[in-house]
Amino acid sequence: MKISVKINGKTVERDVDPRMLLVHFLRDELGLTGTKVGCDTSQCGSCTVHLNGEALKSCTFFAVQADGAEITTIEGLAANGSLHPMQEGFWEKHGLQCGYCTPGMIMASVAFLKKHAHPTEEDIRHGLEGNLCRCTGYHNIVAAVKAASEKMGG
Amino acid sequence: MYPAKFDYYRANSVEEAVKLLAENSDAKLLAGGHSLIPAMKLRLTQPALLIDIGKIDSLKNIKANGSLEIGALATHARVAASADVKKWFPALANAASLIGDQQVRNFGTIGGNIAHADPASDPPTVLIAAGATIHVRGASGTRAIAAEDFFVDLFTTALEPGEVVTKIEIPNLSGRKSAYAKMSHPASRYAIVGVCAVLSMEGDTCKEARLVVGGAVAHATRLSEAEAVLKGKKLDAAALKAAADAAIAQVGDDAMGDITAPADYRRAMVGQYLQRAIQSALG
Amino acid sequence: MASRVFGASIKRKEDPRLITGEAKYLDDLQLPGMAHAAILRSPHAHARIKSIDTSAAAAVPGVLGVFTGKDFMDVNPLPCAWQAGGVENHVNTPRVLEPEKVTFTGAGVAVVVAESRYIAEDALQLIKVNYEVLPAVVDAQKATQSGAPQIHDNAPNNVCMEWSCGDKAGTDKALGEAEVVIKERVVNQRLIPTPMETRGCIAQYLPATDEYTVWMTSQAPHVMRLLMTAFVFGIPETKMRVISPQVGGGFGAKIFLYPEYCLVTALSKKIGRPVKWAETRSENYVATTHGRDHITELEVGAKRDGTITALRVNTYANLGGILSTIAPGIPTTLYGRLLSGAYKIPNIYCHVWGVYTNTGMVDAYRGAGRPEATFVVERAVDMVANQLSMDPAEIRRKNFIPSSAFPYDPKILNGLKYDSGDYDKALGKALEMVGYQDFRKAQADARQQGRYLGIGFSSYIEMCGVAPSAWIGLPGEGWGAGLWESANVRVHLTGKVVVTSGSQSHGQGHETTTAQIVAEELGVPVEDVIVQHSDTLGTPFGYGTYGSRSASVGQVAVFNSLQKIKEKAKKLGAHLLEAAVEDVVFENGKVHVKGSPDKAKTIQELAGAAALGYSLPAGMEPFLDDTAYYDPPNCTFPFGTHICIVEVDAGTGQIDIKRYVAVDDVGKVINPMIVDGQVHGGIAQGVAQALWEGAVYDENGQLLTGSLMDYALPRADLLPSFEVGRTETPSPTNPLGVKGAGETGTIAATPAVVNAVLDALKPLGVLHIDMPMTPARVWQAIQKG
Repeated sequence: MKISVKINGKTVERDVDPRMLLVHFLRDELGLTGTKVGCDTSQCGSCTVHLNGEALKSCTFFAVQADGAEITTIEGLAANGSLHPMQEGFWEKHGLQCGYCTPGMIMASVAFLKKHAHPTEEDIRHGLEGNLCRCTGYHNIVAAVKAASEKMGG
Repeated sequence: MYPAKFDYYRANSVEEAVKLLAENSDAKLLAGGHSLIPAMKLRLTQPALLIDIGKIDSLKNIKANGSLEIGALATHARVAASADVKKWFPALANAASLIGDQQVRNFGTIGGNIAHADPASDPPTVLIAAGATIHVRGASGTRAIAAEDFFVDLFTTALEPGEVVTKIEIPNLSGRKSAYAKMSHPASRYAIVGVCAVLSMEGDTCKEARLVVGGAVAHATRLSEAEAVLKGKKLDAAALKAAADAAIAQVGDDAMGDITAPADYRRAMVGQYLQRAIQSALG
Repeated sequence: MASRVFGASIKRKEDPRLITGEAKYLDDLQLPGMAHAAILRSPHAHARIKSIDTSAAAAVPGVLGVFTGKDFMDVNPLPCAWQAGGVENHVNTPRVLEPEKVTFTGAGVAVVVAESRYIAEDALQLIKVNYEVLPAVVDAQKATQSGAPQIHDNAPNNVCMEWSCGDKAGTDKALGEAEVVIKERVVNQRLIPTPMETRGCIAQYLPATDEYTVWMTSQAPHVMRLLMTAFVFGIPETKMRVISPQVGGGFGAKIFLYPEYCLVTALSKKIGRPVKWAETRSENYVATTHGRDHITELEVGAKRDGTITALRVNTYANLGGILSTIAPGIPTTLYGRLLSGAYKIPNIYCHVWGVYTNTGMVDAYRGAGRPEATFVVERAVDMVANQLSMDPAEIRRKNFIPSSAFPYDPKILNGLKYDSGDYDKALGKALEMVGYQDFRKAQADARQQGRYLGIGFSSYIEMCGVAPSAWIGLPGEGWGAGLWESANVRVHLTGKVVVTSGSQSHGQGHETTTAQIVAEELGVPVEDVIVQHSDTLGTPFGYGTYGSRSASVGQVAVFNSLQKIKEKAKKLGAHLLEAAVEDVVFENGKVHVKGSPDKAKTIQELAGAAALGYSLPAGMEPFLDDTAYYDPPNCTFPFGTHICIVEVDAGTGQIDIKRYVAVDDVGKVINPMIVDGQVHGGIAQGVAQALWEGAVYDENGQLLTGSLMDYALPRADLLPSFEVGRTETPSPTNPLGVKGAGETGTIAATPAVVNAVLDALKPLGVLHIDMPMTPARVWQAIQKG
């Protein structure tokens, strides 16, 4: 089935098998491998992207459902060669170790901040409940999101 | 992680979806997909045809006008954030905010959720407590099903083959106090126990209580014994304890158990969360 | 003097590629013509394979081949590389696919190779396997009892090994004479490591040269090549190159050689195309190794004044249905020999049964043996304190090895000595951070109000930097190789430094900390250092990254290489400065004449001169390039005290972690930010064992916690922020003074949390709750009182 999707600002048209998950479409068809797969039960959040501005687990969506949508992946977050404040926050606060959950964690955090500009630690912890990290114990992820919220004028 | 093959059709109207469902016995509806796709990824279900109703905008509305109407495709995030829902029935907004996680709430829909009828899901519990009506449409027309009659068993509803949930209607609950109290499973975030209380109060005295439990039993169920205990009572600690005991007794052997929460524990927690829901409703 | 780079919290060099999605992990790699493999796994825990019909699968369009174990009888079983004493005659290891019998649910029995993974999965559903299902046993203690199903012919009563250490007679006598003896059965439950990246492998066979290139998610690529070529395929090591691309966490589970890696390698030759296998999470939970799973009967003896006099331990260690690569070493060398903990315990005896059961393979998981030992010791100490109504901090102080006693020989370590420590200082700092006296007052007040607050201690030691090769290779210890590390340092003509290291980084930040060591030693900017690793082509041999050994072994090799570079630079500098070598020093990146810092040659100038070779001292080879092999003379022994404060809701059994204070002493610290990060993550995993995580098999060997829907990995909202402090007692073992920081949190946290919960419930008469301490278990314990 033919679909047209705007991904990181560029319109892409492709013929896809209806059963192809959006995450596989991004990774295998378009080479956008920054979006990861970490589980098969929609728990881990490694595959989080933005669909029409909302955080989505792209493993729980068929590519055909995204027809006509605008998608942002981790590759599209940095603008004009400069890192997004959330990316800077993760770097400065050591919010990542192995890095595998990081793209999804950053995308979820950016979406979360859109709805909670002035988050408390508890808000952040609740807001990121859909993203698993096995390395950091979340301590520095929380610090990174807090730092980003302050940098973004929260 | 790799669903089996299926045919895909995007329906542009409920009528079209109903027609396709009638014509294809091995078809399933795809709304937000957040219950269906996980099952398809593990090939636990392999429908031949998916009818995508996700782009039918008329099913996405939330409006309050005499009663509160929530379109079947309203996402949990929109239900949780809706000013109308918060005003009319804050327990529902709260329950919706406790479903899954940010991402799941953004795309999972209330209609898809109730049609799936997971016993540990949150909306069924609060919808029964509210006395909600589920509106459905099938090949032979529309019908309205009381939420209490909608959830029949584990993953089983009163929906007939070929029927589509179109909207959920919640009666005017003004003057009632309501709350939902939930113990989440640490991994799945589903309810180990969820209790919703909708109270009609006259001063300190309870005129009527609607109390519903989910998670602990095969389908969300009214705690009628506890409701009877509270009727006409002052809601002091003794009354709450008596209601909790009645609820525990009613759940009895129906309590479900697993490795995280054995049946004896869940049964006891029905009492605990019943009291928490009532206390929270009373503020 | 330039500000020190060693010891500074500089941002990580590896992060730009990770925060932008540019980094390439295994499943991100695509090779031209690549085919995809999917593996059919046994749904039964114990069964004979009577027949397999692959015809329908083979007929699916897009399928390139379907194979079973019978197609790979020319490939050897995988080796067991750590044959601890007693295991030798009872070894059973996996084959690439099991041809005859499966001993755990999830064992591979057939494989489909197809044009896409979707097609491969379609075909997988069509394979028909006829099994003869056999009775299963999943509990290690029950498996040794008469009448239990027998899993392997060469392991009567399912006993893979019996191993012991310590002084049996002395311990029996001391327990007989002890004024107080406490017995308890403690279960250290099975855990699933769950790195966020699952495993995977891509293999490419090059017929012209008969060579393989294998990409895999490995913590030890050099060892993988060695084991695959020398043991599994019987080909020259020169015929294989192994690459670990970016690896998304390991926690031990990616140390081992797995059947899938060998299978995909064999398939690449059979199919004649590159083949990828990317593990799903469902597969990961059944087919990747698990950790822990001990049942331990412990007896601890003490005097009435709290002096601990003896510890006797009998442990049933579940090894799973078949042996993983170093499985026997974990509950033996890395467990039994650590049972003295931070304490002078004069008599210790440990007996271990390594047992086969119809469960997934068990091997090293973060801490690997040391968390199990620490749990036994820290619970035992608390039990004695409780029995004698002693303060848990006081009893620890009373029994600590004093700082004056180092190096300390705990006897049970078979010749190694604790290198350095000041246990009292770390405890004191933790008590101060937590405000101990104030807490006890608050606790008493809360109890008056019917609230249950508790505080728990864990004063742990651990053993890092495994290990002196000659020690770990001793008869009985059974490690089948060495355990040194190597590094090469080259200073290029441009003054830029390339380090190649045998260590493998999968989240630890080696590229940054190694660059810090180089920058500190050579006086170059951190940005001028590049660290290459994880590819057997172009890096010197290394045994891999695990056991918190990369700083205290791998980076010491880097340091030693740098010393050789500096020596050569000094000679060259003296030559160019027309001074005697004895009269120059290497300081702040320059060689200069003593007392005349202006008369200097920078390291960049020297590198250029060495690379050009226009003017070298007589006999000197061009280029600044040197390699060091470092075999540690001892292990290192980090220590510390963790304190957890919880509140237990007696109505629901729910546990709220109010505070978590950690004081760790990991020796000298290269990058405090990175060390803190390691501690945070370790604590999260240790807390999770205490409260949430636990792999559960039913009696038939079905894994009931087979997904992240059921296995409760901690999420952000379950954990608090951590209060992390440090003392610094340099290790005398190595010139960097470092000990290792990768596992302290995991080792320390579990007993701290358990002790806190039991402290909270003391007024209710609760003395023991099995882990994970779920609300249900806590509630049930309260009901029993």
